[in-house]
Amino acid sequence: MATAGEKGIGRLFVIAVPYLWLLVLFLVPFLIVLKISLSQDVIAQPPYAPLLDLSQGWAGFVDFLSQLNFDNYVYVLDWNNEFLDAYGSSLIIAAVSTVLLLLVGYPIAYAMARAPRTLQPTLLMLVILPFWTSFLIRVYAWIGILSQDGLLNQALQALGLIDAPLEILNTDLAVYIGIVYSYLPFMVLPLYAALEKLDGTLLEAAEDLGCPPMRAFWLVTFPLSLPGVAAGCLLCFIPAVGEFVIPDLLGGSDTLMIGKSLWTEFTVNRSWTASSAVAVLLLIVLVVPIVIYQNIQARQLEAGK
Amino acid sequence: MAKTRTQTIGAVRRTFSPWTDATATPLIRFENVVKRFGAFTAVNNVSLDIYEREFFALLGPSGCGKTTLMRMLAGFEDPTEGRITLAGQDLSGVPPYRRPVNMMFQSYALFPHMSVADNIAFGPKQAGMAKADIDARVEEMLTLVKLESFAKRKPHQLSGGQRQRVALARSLATRPKVLLLDEPLGALDKKLREETQFELMDLQMELGMTFLIVTHDQEEAMTVADRIAVMNHGVLVQVDPPAAIYEQPATKYVADFIGDVNIVECVVDGCFGGDLRLSTPITPHPLQIAQGDAGGVKTGDKVWLAIRPEKLRISLEAPDAAAGNCFAGEIFDIGYLGDLSVYHVELPCGTRIKVSQPNLSRMVERPISWEDKVYVTFTPHAGVVLSR
Repeated sequence: MATAGEKGIGRLFVIAVPYLWLLVLFLVPFLIVLKISLSQDVIAQPPYAPLLDLSQGWAGFVDFLSQLNFDNYVYVLDWNNEFLDAYGSSLIIAAVSTVLLLLVGYPIAYAMARAPRTLQPTLLMLVILPFWTSFLIRVYAWIGILSQDGLLNQALQALGLIDAPLEILNTDLAVYIGIVYSYLPFMVLPLYAALEKLDGTLLEAAEDLGCPPMRAFWLVTFPLSLPGVAAGCLLCFIPAVGEFVIPDLLGGSDTLMIGKSLWTEFTVNRSWTASSAVAVLLLIVLVVPIVIYQNIQARQLEAGK
Repeated sequence: MAKTRTQTIGAVRRTFSPWTDATATPLIRFENVVKRFGAFTAVNNVSLDIYEREFFALLGPSGCGKTTLMRMLAGFEDPTEGRITLAGQDLSGVPPYRRPVNMMFQSYALFPHMSVADNIAFGPKQAGMAKADIDARVEEMLTLVKLESFAKRKPHQLSGGQRQRVALARSLATRPKVLLLDEPLGALDKKLREETQFELMDLQMELGMTFLIVTHDQEEAMTVADRIAVMNHGVLVQVDPPAAIYEQPATKYVADFIGDVNIVECVVDGCFGGDLRLSTPITPHPLQIAQGDAGGVKTGDKVWLAIRPEKLRISLEAPDAAAGNCFAGEIFDIGYLGDLSVYHVELPCGTRIKVSQPNLSRMVERPISWEDKVYVTFTPHAGVVLSR
């Protein structure tokens, strides 16, 4: 028998592992980025100041704090510097993509959940299969499909549906196609999980009480799948806002997304401090939907099932 | 008030037997209904009439086809052959949402995202009733199942018994012609189940509706039903009122499925008058049994004698030679149940006979005990002779 003390240590250890993980791999890096965002650019190694020098003791720490300021935030939040436009456009692109993902993903998840039990593992496998190839390579592949003389235009021309090739690559449309394609599993899987555990007798009960199947879908299936809808939408929306690879490879020069702006700020303008401020603001923007999601989840937990 | 109501219900129940009336038209007719799932025949050529206001039970072990039969009436399954009519209307091709039949599901199938009131209002809303009427109907149903103060709760905030009531109220809210109950009390504990059985009976009389219940619990079927259909392997074995099912089982299977029974294999020695003389290897003396309904058996036939344990008498003293049928044996086991005791009597050949005796007196001078030599006697009318 373990004593109360041993039990306490064991419990502490189990709880400590995830907390330590979050502390070391999330909180500490975040604090570093936050600190850089409050610093100034200098031509040095590292390219920002002030640096925390603990050899000076308490006075040095106070001196360090007094040198931090919000100049970078003022810069990023200035309307003339396009960052606000990039935030706005990222949110819009992510929101539209999420709606498209829901429209494409829901029928897929529904069909999977309604498929014969024996077939479901295979279908699940097929949804996950794209992950076996690198994300970058799959996005590159879309260049070959969507470009002027790409597969899609060749096929459409061969079928006689269009005379001149469509300009898809390097437009927002290509970004939407890329996001919907890449994020589809993140939408389908939570939806499938929600729909799969839906009790079929609920639909029979609805039908029995005089409700035709189509209406039963909207009155029973859809409301009960809302936790899956919420999870899927957030899993797609949050990374899509900060997406960099897809707009960079498939989008045009006028496709404005915050991930791209951050990249430019960091690599072209070489401003670690301003790009850190962009990142911190992006995080704040994204914390809002995450908090909303957690609220929904808490309410779901409270509701029992 | 409640007392008078119960009395009326009792009186109505006593005289209710439309199945004996040749001129009565049944409300529900199953005509040669067959249902196959692939190679498996779930329901095999069932013809059954159920009358208006009847409380009808489908009884059988799991997998006997009783639920399939009910689901075909609700419209969730289509018969492979035969047809089902309701009030003269052929139901084939009529989807479940157009049938005036509602079902109370075994799992209750309450909508978890709706309040109790919304669950009950679901049917009336689908029927396109006016808002005020729906509210009145919900109120009425809540009163009927005594859940007035629970209207705003969600199903997960209710106890099992309360959920069962909501499910009942929801399936009654559209005033269906027939209410189907699929193992409605299976999830309740014994005491609550017994109470609810009587409530269901009262409710059914009060509403004047036809109830069809599916159950594997024979006590439940016996308690609530006007008539019971015993099913086995997709076939109707016997359709009769509870007393007839118990006292006049048609086959060995029914005798064995309903209640406790001793089944003794015998050979017919001879028939004289209304009686049969049976010989059986378990006792040297021939048995005298009133023939009853088991007509058609003749000398030399192999038959089974089915005797309920409570129809046997047990005593420590040897009976008079003229007392009739008698087995002599030894007490092998005693089950004391309070109101009655069950004795397992081992005969010299090794066969064991179950005898149950009510414990009428609190003090007994010399109670029957283990390894006592006892005599088991029974009258010619105690048992039933079954030919299959």
